[in-house]
Amino acid sequence: MAEEKAEGGLVFHPLDQFIVKPLFGDGPVHWYTPTNVTLWMGIALLAILAVFVLGSRGRAIIPTRLQSIGELIYGFIYKMVEDVTGKDGVKYFPYIMTLFLFILFANYLALIPMSYSPTSMIAVTAVLGFGVFICVTILGFVKNGASFLGLFWMSDAPAILRPIIAIIEVISYFVRPVSHSIRLAGNIMAGHAVLKVFAGFAALTLVSPVAIFGIVAIYGLEVLVAGIQAYVFTILTCVYLKDALHPAH
Amino acid sequence: MATETTDAVAGACVDAGGSALGMPQLCADWMPNQIFWLVVTLIAIFFVMSRIALPRIGAVLAERSGTITNDIAAAEELKNKAAEAEAAYDQALLDARAEAQKIVAEAKAEIQAELDVELQKADAEIAAKTAESEAAIAEIREGAKKSVTAVAKDTAKELVAAMGGSADAKTITAAINARMKG
Repeated sequence: MAEEKAEGGLVFHPLDQFIVKPLFGDGPVHWYTPTNVTLWMGIALLAILAVFVLGSRGRAIIPTRLQSIGELIYGFIYKMVEDVTGKDGVKYFPYIMTLFLFILFANYLALIPMSYSPTSMIAVTAVLGFGVFICVTILGFVKNGASFLGLFWMSDAPAILRPIIAIIEVISYFVRPVSHSIRLAGNIMAGHAVLKVFAGFAALTLVSPVAIFGIVAIYGLEVLVAGIQAYVFTILTCVYLKDALHPAH
Repeated sequence: MATETTDAVAGACVDAGGSALGMPQLCADWMPNQIFWLVVTLIAIFFVMSRIALPRIGAVLAERSGTITNDIAAAEELKNKAAEAEAAYDQALLDARAEAQKIVAEAKAEIQAELDVELQKADAEIAAKTAESEAAIAEIREGAKKSVTAVAKDTAKELVAAMGGSADAKTITAAINARMKG
């Protein structure tokens, strides 16, 4: 799918931005090699540390700017977890907060020109999505035992329809992690690829004003998408967690 | 966004010119690397958040809401105190007003009583003076009558004497008395 369009000598490589490169030297990429993925995940980690650890350093009753950003995000996610999963879901708040922060910061850092977007890689989002799926499923069985299977059995549906609904529910349950991870990776990757295509057109004098306007517009859209995708991933995680804790419909 | 590949990275996912062959996302050679570093990053974020940042922010938020609750309670207490003080003030005002009215009524009654006594005294005095004056007038009248009688007697005696007659005092007095009555 490497889009190589030759247009007036222009060659587009919109997907080259996602190439994983070792940070040091040109050697092969082993599983432990520090790469640009490592670098940008590390920057995300440092940014999170800056906001949440450095920002809350003063433990001020009247918060500083950085501290109030941290408190805002804390309150937002805490309320989301509490509202969606209920009181007993609150103890999973740190896990959900971790997911949200990683995705949010990775998404926004990826919008810096020349940066790398780890959340556009399907391997990364699949680990997140399937990680949530596996944890939630295990949690569901641990908490509810076999009655967790009641999630698939619509007891208020007509008796004839129940087996059919159960099959559909099972399929939709197993599709969850796939859609969960592809949604995030697809959104981020598509946005960045489109930006790159517009950037390639900007080299043509004739269309460059349109192309540059397009970059601005798509960039604005991507700013929204970055936040919304982090939010969507997190709230879906909360919904799956709620299903695991309270499987009865 | 863009990480241009300038130097060729040899591998199954990159061509000789350093461009991606297919989607870099699907290159299996790179996946273990991403997964490994993702797991490292997530664990690091989780530990920092759950050990340091989240308890700290939670404590700050709890402390703040506690402070706000306390302040609101203190404000409520002060408000109640103010209301109490206002009620006491109103009560004091009412008492003072009632007291003042009582004093005014007392003073009025006292003045009225004094006035009555004075009036009676004055009436009595006036009555006494009137009686005295009447007595004086009666006396004067009596005196005048006597004088007139005496003058008339003398004049009548003189007139009789001048006419050449002589009249005894008894007859003249009787005549004059008869005239005075008429």
